[in-house]
Amino acid sequence: MTQHPTIGVLYSRVRVEEKWIFAALEGRGIDFDRLDDRETFFDFANPEPWLKYDAILERSISYARGLYSVRVLNAWGIPTVNTANVAEACGNKLTTASALSQAGVSQPRTMAAYTAESALEAIESMGYPVVLKPMVGSWGRLLAKINDRDAAEAVLEHKAVLGSYEHSIFYIQEFIEKPGRDIRVLVVGDEPITAIYRKSPHWITNTARGGEGEICPLTPELSEICHRAARAVGGGLLAVDIIEHPQSGFQVNEINHTMEFHTAAPTTGIDIPNLIVDYLLAVAKREIQVL
Amino acid sequence: MSQLSCPECLAEIELDAGTEANEIIVCPDCGVELEVISLDPPVAEMAPMEAEDWGE
Repeated sequence: MTQHPTIGVLYSRVRVEEKWIFAALEGRGIDFDRLDDRETFFDFANPEPWLKYDAILERSISYARGLYSVRVLNAWGIPTVNTANVAEACGNKLTTASALSQAGVSQPRTMAAYTAESALEAIESMGYPVVLKPMVGSWGRLLAKINDRDAAEAVLEHKAVLGSYEHSIFYIQEFIEKPGRDIRVLVVGDEPITAIYRKSPHWITNTARGGEGEICPLTPELSEICHRAARAVGGGLLAVDIIEHPQSGFQVNEINHTMEFHTAAPTTGIDIPNLIVDYLLAVAKREIQVL
Repeated sequence: MSQLSCPECLAEIELDAGTEANEIIVCPDCGVELEVISLDPPVAEMAPMEAEDWGE
């Protein structure tokens, strides 16, 4: 182990978050390689070029590229933030729901089905409205709020006919009347560090869809569910999205493993890029074991 | 100040100080997303189209 760990940052495009992370690394005098996933390849007969890294921060904008990259790197013993197991647990909603279910963490009522017919039966048993979500996806894309049977039949048929096979694995969630907001909690390790409300008059409150940030108190109850949610998926650098259910209270809606924080950082005033660098360096120095 | 040309509408775009390679900028004239692929010399090309698995 060298005194100055060798760090790589795998990315697809330089969003504001990557700029801030690069600046935090540079500000602390840490040499790092910028690894553009469009130029990256892995030779299973020759992992040598990668073995110099003490840790790699995965910031790919593509779930598939990020997941497969860290899967290979972890197999070669290279610690990544986050690991492949964490990325897999977070990036696929069905896997996340399974992990939360196993850990007994409260989440919206969720069903999965494989045919339009069985999905319709599931929806009818849940009751309208429901939300259909793609298993993999982000930024509120391809979410469908289904208010009645006519809409259900139409959307299910469209997904089955027009989508890839993954769109025929129907992920069905109860529609929750939110108070015009959801909550994003940033977690480092498995400890919540800060939270924001994401407010929007639209039922999709994602800031990528125009939701606005406002500081949210990190209460013991909120911290506890986020702590348990983070542990359920393996911990790391995570953004836990929480819905306030009018009857059931806090529920974990999703967990993001390559979190964006362009709203949370200025809203909370927390130096998130440097917290990320702190965690990355601790992993690189083996002060935190991720593999 | 670095300046580059929009490949879509040929507008001359001033790059902000601190612009990074691979950063996405928006052409102020035609509104397309551009990726800064080089800073020296300043060059941009059309940014990749958003894919289904993109996100966080």
